[in-house]
Amino acid sequence: MAGLSMPSSLAAASTGLRRRPRRNVSFDLSIGVLIAFAVAAIAAPLLAPHDPYSVDLGLTNAPPGTPGHPLGTDGSGRDLLSRLLFGARTSVIGPTIAITVSVVIGVTMGAAAAWCGGWIDAVLTRITDFLFAFPGLLAAVFAVALFGPGIVAPAVGIAIAYSPVIARLTRSVVLGEQQKLYVVADRTMGFSGARTLVTTVLPNIAPIIVSQCIVSFGYALVDLAALSFLGLGVQAPEADWGLMLNESLPSLLLGAWWVMAFPAACLVLVVVAINTVGEGLLDRRGKKRKR
Amino acid sequence: MSSQAAASFRLVGGRVLGAVVTMWVTTIVVFSALYLVPGDPLSVLLRGRKPTPELVEMMRAQYQLDLPFLERYWNWFTGILHGDFGYSIQYQQDVGELLAGRMPTTVWLVVYTAILILIGGTALGIASAVRGGRTDGAILVATSAMSALPAFVAALVLLFVFAGLLGWFPSFGAGGPDVASRIVHLTLPAVALAISYAGLMARITRSALRAELGSDHVEAARLRGLGGIHLFRHHVARNATVPVLTYSGILVAGLLVTSQLVESVFGLNGIGSLVVSSVKNLDLAVVQAVTLLVVAVFVLTNLVVDLVTPMIDVRLRQRKAA
Repeated sequence: MAGLSMPSSLAAASTGLRRRPRRNVSFDLSIGVLIAFAVAAIAAPLLAPHDPYSVDLGLTNAPPGTPGHPLGTDGSGRDLLSRLLFGARTSVIGPTIAITVSVVIGVTMGAAAAWCGGWIDAVLTRITDFLFAFPGLLAAVFAVALFGPGIVAPAVGIAIAYSPVIARLTRSVVLGEQQKLYVVADRTMGFSGARTLVTTVLPNIAPIIVSQCIVSFGYALVDLAALSFLGLGVQAPEADWGLMLNESLPSLLLGAWWVMAFPAACLVLVVVAINTVGEGLLDRRGKKRKR
Repeated sequence: MSSQAAASFRLVGGRVLGAVVTMWVTTIVVFSALYLVPGDPLSVLLRGRKPTPELVEMMRAQYQLDLPFLERYWNWFTGILHGDFGYSIQYQQDVGELLAGRMPTTVWLVVYTAILILIGGTALGIASAVRGGRTDGAILVATSAMSALPAFVAALVLLFVFAGLLGWFPSFGAGGPDVASRIVHLTLPAVALAISYAGLMARITRSALRAELGSDHVEAARLRGLGGIHLFRHHVARNATVPVLTYSGILVAGLLVTSQLVESVFGLNGIGSLVVSSVKNLDLAVVQAVTLLVVAVFVLTNLVVDLVTPMIDVRLRQRKAA
């Protein structure tokens, strides 16, 4: 009923916001960067001019612009552009695993806490608080110590460390949603609580959860790259941005800065783009929710 | 008066109890994680090593694999309470001694970095909130770029520019034992580690100050004719300290973890590089000890922040006591 008493100008502004978001140059640029990133990850074998693993010891640390190697080569003479394109793949796969697992854990915990209330809520909130004590990188390192290096073990470690953020968000959004008329109406009509939760509440809160996931994806990307950089994630000779940065150290000492600069630029650019899109969406949802 | 004293006593007691419980649960998680790995714990511990009879015997003895689970946990737990963190296979040394030897470098690095973050981050945040306009816009762009720069990328860039090209700073080692040499050696690592956190700190400071600057009590103080430094110090800064302190509590444990990234670039012999080599060499006792250490630092700093903030902002005291 609140909608009826809303001044018409405000209502118009809020629907306008939903239909056509204000033009935002950095938001649009970021979307462009992410599309390029996705294309690189999907079409790497088609786009790459060389085999990312083929070593050419006669042509190491070649500068950008070398014929046949537009971005130059690394310390083992491997083509940098090809390795960057293939590196986009591991940069998608790792964070995707991490975020999927953390959404499953976080949404289950948050929704159960809000929906059941009482002692279940108290226990789950305690567990959430406890999980906040583990920084993502520490959880990932610990997981690698137990399960060995690779993509899956650190991704799951990160997922557990990130799940409290999603659990807390889900809990607060579901609590807000429970006050709404459609939930009360469903209850009065005698539908079971679990059914209402899964079929109507969760789809309604999905947009804000997805926005949070995009932000978390950026953090997971950095943490996983950091892990590969330490030699605990993706293993050589695989093409991965973090690993490429690790391998760039000897080239850097020889003055071949481009071996470090290109993977660094890719990583930073993608992370900034993901943050811009994620924060932008979260802001919009936040504004909408307040209305 | 006495009821208020009782309330604050209850508040402090509750927080301390919460911290102790968190630490205790952490020991359970850290200990039992080994048994989550599929397969026999002994084969997990021996992975990648030649299972000589002596090594097998040593592993069995160290991890007490012949005892029942609860007894094993209890022995490990009471050992930790007595400062016994086990034995490092890789370094053939007591883990506690090993950590103590690596501690100075990391403590210097973390403290140096924290100082840089506190000074740099809050200064940028204050400038941004107080000056507004174009300064605010420029600082916002700068801080969002800073917070997106991973520490290891910053470390590589700084290493190349300031140690390689310009040769202003050494590229390797932690320096010491005198203070000047330590500071010179740790400047690049500390700056690399500080950049992204300082960006976040600036944003937190800015939004905390802006919230205070726009509040009713500041408006009222302005109407009474107050302004300048007095207004800022007594009516704005004090309340805005709370979010900054809260963030600082999370910060220290975070620095302890991310220090491994810059330690590996600059060849520093600290806790971080110890963890990395221990994970690579499957030295589980060391990884467990460092994990406990990081969580303990997180819990302690948060406890201190939780206890200090109500002293700064009286409203928090009343809300928590109620």
